[in-house]
Amino acid sequence: MSLIANINKAFDHRIRLGIMSILMVNEYADFNTLKELLDVTDGNLASHLKALEKEDFINIEKQFIGRKPNTRYSASKIGTKTFKDHINALERIINKQK
Amino acid sequence: MESKDYLKDLNEIKHLMNKSSRFMSLSGLSGILAGIYALTGAYFVNIIISNIKEASNTFESFVISYNSVLTLIIIAFGVLLLSVITAIYLSWRKAKKQNESLWDAASKRLLINFMIPLITGGFFIIFLVEKEMFTLVAPLTLAFYGLALVNASKYTLSYIRYLGLTIIALGLISLWFIGYGLLFWALGFGVCHIIYGALMHFKYDKK
Repeated sequence: MSLIANINKAFDHRIRLGIMSILMVNEYADFNTLKELLDVTDGNLASHLKALEKEDFINIEKQFIGRKPNTRYSASKIGTKTFKDHINALERIINKQK
Repeated sequence: MESKDYLKDLNEIKHLMNKSSRFMSLSGLSGILAGIYALTGAYFVNIIISNIKEASNTFESFVISYNSVLTLIIIAFGVLLLSVITAIYLSWRKAKKQNESLWDAASKRLLINFMIPLITGGFFIIFLVEKEMFTLVAPLTLAFYGLALVNASKYTLSYIRYLGLTIIALGLISLWFIGYGLLFWALGFGVCHIIYGALMHFKYDKK
């Protein structure tokens, strides 16, 4: 197997990488939490979330807290697996080049 | 070239995983100070207790111990209050320095998981004191406080886990040394806090 076989293009961006990292260790996170942690603008975050949603890497759950709409995100099964493979691939490449 | 980017990616992943799930701003220095308050408190409590023991007759010792109870309670709550205030203030300062907030999802989770064993233990101890069964108070306070730390450690610096385990062990050992409660309190709340606080201070605060 080639070294970069599991490097996933979908994670080839700081913000998408960040979203997945946060969702790996938290059951879920809402839009504002992600925004605060990643320090990005609404539009920027939304477009990256859309990209991950299109790959089926994250689940989206819309609900109301009181009267305010609240969207929360969680990592899907396939997203979790793909991201783990991605991290392992990163580690292998780094170890190889040491 | 490429590998440098990958290493940066991995560091970024690790950083965000920690930041989003753990409260990293807990101050090690506040642990050291809490330990010093506890030792100071134990020192004064020891003086009061030996005064009671040295009283020449039972009536005198009864009068002294009656007056002393209030002082003992004030010392205990004083140490607790001072420790909590110090921890909040120093953690707030550390969070500000690291550009993070003191009150967020991570610190809320930390506090809730810390309080569950602590409040459970609190009820047990209030019950024991009410029934005047003082012998188990020291072992139980240490054991429940240790459990609270172990439970909270998943949401903050991992050193807290070892501090918790040490204090649980002290609580269990003290079961065989009933009557030396104050000594074990001083070891657990004083010495352990100072040692682990110092370890955390040099590992995490100095950045």
